[in-house]
Amino acid sequence: MSVSNAKAEGAQVIVVGGGVTGLSTAFWLAEAGVDVLVLERGLVGWEASGRNGGGCSHHHSPLFPEEQRLWPVMDDLLGYPTEFRPDRIRIALNPTQYELYSRAVVNARHQGFAVDELDAQQVRDLVPLAGETAYAGHYYRFGGHANPHRTVQAYAWAIRDRGGRVMQHVAVTGFVTEGDRVTGVETDRGRFGCDHLVIAAGPQTARLAARLEVHIPMRSARAEMIVTEPLPLMPLGGIDGNGLYGRQTLRGNLAYGGGPHEWVETEALPDRDRPATPLAGHIARRLAELLPKAAHARVIRSWAGLIENTPDGRPVLDRPAPWSNLTVGSLSGVGFGLSPASGRALMQLVTAGRCDFADLSSLRLDRFSDLEPDWAALQGWLPAAALAV
Amino acid sequence: MTSSPATDPRSVAGKTLELSGGCDLLVVGAGPAGIAAARAAVETGAGVTLVDENPVPFDEMGEHVPQLWGGRMGAEIRNRTAMMERMLEVRPDLADLFDLGVDLRLGTACWGLFVNRANLGWMPGPVAGLRDAGGSSLVGFGAAVIATGRRDMGLAFPGWDLPGVIGAGAAQMLAGLNGALETRRAVVLGTTTEALLAARDLAAAGVDIAAIVEQAGAPQADAALVAEVEGQGIPVLFGEAPRGVTGDADGVTGLQLKGRAIACDSVLLGMGAVPMIDLLQAGGARTVFDAARGGFAPVLGPGGATSLPGVYAAGDCAGVWGAKSADPGIAAAEGAAAARAVLGQAAAAVAQPPEAPDLDGYRKGWVRAAVIEALEEMPVCLCEEVTARDILDVRPPRYLKAGAGRNAELSLSDILGDGPPDPDQIKRLTRAGMGPCQGRRCREQIQALLALREDLTLGAIPLAGYRSPVRPMTLAEIAPQREDPAIAEQWDSWFGMPRQWVPFWDVEPKYTVASLANRKDHVSE
Ligand SMILES: Cc1cc2nc3c(=O)[nH]c(=O)nc-3n(C[C@H](O)[C@H](O)[C@H](O)COP(=O)(O)OP(=O)(O)OC[C@H]3O[C@@H](n4cnc5c(N)ncnc54)[C@H](O)[C@@H]3O)c2cc1C
Repeated sequence: MSVSNAKAEGAQVIVVGGGVTGLSTAFWLAEAGVDVLVLERGLVGWEASGRNGGGCSHHHSPLFPEEQRLWPVMDDLLGYPTEFRPDRIRIALNPTQYELYSRAVVNARHQGFAVDELDAQQVRDLVPLAGETAYAGHYYRFGGHANPHRTVQAYAWAIRDRGGRVMQHVAVTGFVTEGDRVTGVETDRGRFGCDHLVIAAGPQTARLAARLEVHIPMRSARAEMIVTEPLPLMPLGGIDGNGLYGRQTLRGNLAYGGGPHEWVETEALPDRDRPATPLAGHIARRLAELLPKAAHARVIRSWAGLIENTPDGRPVLDRPAPWSNLTVGSLSGVGFGLSPASGRALMQLVTAGRCDFADLSSLRLDRFSDLEPDWAALQGWLPAAALAV
Repeated sequence: MTSSPATDPRSVAGKTLELSGGCDLLVVGAGPAGIAAARAAVETGAGVTLVDENPVPFDEMGEHVPQLWGGRMGAEIRNRTAMMERMLEVRPDLADLFDLGVDLRLGTACWGLFVNRANLGWMPGPVAGLRDAGGSSLVGFGAAVIATGRRDMGLAFPGWDLPGVIGAGAAQMLAGLNGALETRRAVVLGTTTEALLAARDLAAAGVDIAAIVEQAGAPQADAALVAEVEGQGIPVLFGEAPRGVTGDADGVTGLQLKGRAIACDSVLLGMGAVPMIDLLQAGGARTVFDAARGGFAPVLGPGGATSLPGVYAAGDCAGVWGAKSADPGIAAAEGAAAARAVLGQAAAAVAQPPEAPDLDGYRKGWVRAAVIEALEEMPVCLCEEVTARDILDVRPPRYLKAGAGRNAELSLSDILGDGPPDPDQIKRLTRAGMGPCQGRRCREQIQALLALREDLTLGAIPLAGYRSPVRPMTLAEIAPQREDPAIAEQWDSWFGMPRQWVPFWDVEPKYTVASLANRKDHVSE
């Protein structure tokens, strides 16, 4: 990598998107001494990265061991608290849920991670807000949860502390190319030169990549969460189950999501309006079933976020042809927890062209080379308005 | 799998919301604007539902939702039936609506507006979330007139969390609407029209107004109104600011100013009357900071049309200014005009706010004089106990026991990045505004603190977003009584994609929709 662009109006590496994926990539680059500039259309983490459940237990991913290795040391690495707490308990309220959840356990055990089976009484002993509705559960001796807001900002501050730059309120609108190289980005605040470009723009990743004739099949969906007022802290905050994911925050709030998502048109540029709906009530009902002793807790907010999704729901971490200096990173709805590992993998793709700690072959873009052109319609992933016509 | 699925079973497609009825016109708020809107619409034969959250449940009042109630409510406030009767008594035109056939629901809060727009196509039509003593329900509506009124700006000084520190407008509501204000002797902070009107009316109702205090050298309201209250024998003190209160187990017993102390049982905050836009903004209506309209207010078109199709704003929530506060006829005319617009009748002209008063300098002046100059360890955000220093240093919340660290030495733009400091970012990092009152007591102060620190106008600071439910409700309360079985059948914690959670060593090298015919166990997240 040359240093030709390491100057004020550009950087060696430009990262488009200040969500967890882009920020983590930039953190690892800055940590490696690379001159990096993140361009974010709004505020860092304003999109899905600041609106998610904070779960860090992706046992199906090739990045899982690295996710598990890194989370416990992220506070020290970044120098700021992420509020990470290890371990999770998943509560089943009936045999069907228990069977469903048991299958996930197989993946974890296969990779050497421990899971304990819990009976109803053990669940109640470990989870003070649980109650008579508990049927059985699992204690994951891995995974955990962190605070998305603090994590996003910790990445941004850690980049700054290492001499990297994060610019907010800059919208990337196009690219400058020369032969097989992307030499710069066009923005609403002028042109920035780069030696390497990383596109990690969440749902907008596909639109941006398409400008470089790189076609990433993706669709956006809206998902919702609720949060209650603070309750006394349980010994373990990472409590899932009954079709919900979520956590008790270190402040004591219960933040939970789940239920039907809605397919939406991907915006050209992200806007501020992220509608939540009365689905909040349906989530609340299930949370009161999962943790009956919290039924009196008041819901004080709900919100929605937009999620990037590939056809198989798996990330794309790749250096797509024909470009010699382009890296794309899209996490397909599992990006928060994996971010310490995905960013490190993307950093290695940038600097070395390959990842030395995980087999990324299942995350390559060319797995979609035979994909049906009308895949989104075939999978029912079109917005309601599009279905109606 | 033999044929390709046309709908994603785990998506909202094919799932319905169970509504409990509907109406042609939903009016939220039974003040002058809401009453006039309901009346104009019902007279044309439209089916009108008018909801008003008053009497507000006692527990919610304790949390200062939606007003800064201040803990000077008499015991009678707990008697909801008596409170409803009182409302009909003091607002006879409200009682008339019954006879006209309006579906009038008192004690019913509207906690959410849900209208299809970008990123939302799931609603069966415009839907409102309502909550009364029986729990929550969803109703459909053809159009809505939002007339939720206003609330008072908060101001932090030592002791402002004690019973007896009340919003001036809230005190007026407690005295007028509820007949349940226990204040005997009060000091009013601020010389806005709204503060002076509150002082005047409360004095007329028998409250001893010990003084009106102004931090500036001159009043914010017209001289005529100042002369009027002075004529009632109320002293107006300029160049003063609160430094604390004395108190006992029952709350405030006196107000300590910079230069003197005044015995009183209540301090009425009157430095700012703010449009109550929570419901509109959480519902997606565009808002803009407009000093002439008292702060962030909805962007309005003819008849008070908001940016949400079919949703109109009228009365104080559409803008607060002195002349309007003095004359309820202006709000009523807005309500009637909104109803006309809903009914497709020709637009009626309504009064417009005059040239903006210096709202920017005035509110900043109060925050400087009280919050900054005092800089006690007194929370600005009372729900989450966040002080002005915590906010300006962007300190992590107390439970992290981390202190300000490097942030204490950095500028806000070094901490928060480019762009104006955003209260939503402050909220995420310090928790200021993150509690059950959704920042109703602190948001104008945070706005002023950030603007003062960065030498910006108030209008340059973005609005911290409101979120539904804009009234707190227990999990049990907000849970729908009925649910489409399809929602339960397909509920999954995550998207339920057939390959998403299959372990990476077990997925096919190429993904096609057709490959899903080779079934693998569905693993939920
Ligand atoms: C409700 C919800 C719950 C979730 N729960 C979990 C969970 O528990 N665990 C988990 O791991 N994941 C979870 N996720 C998913 C996770 O949040 C996302 O996968 C992850 O945040 C994606 O991060 P990202 O950085 O790739 O994308 P984003 O967070 O979407 O960030 C992309 C950024 O790019 C910016 N951008 C876009 N276009 C441009 C442009 N042209 N110019 C400049 N900037 C641009 C955007 O403004 C945005 O900030 C959840 C998501 C939601 C919505």
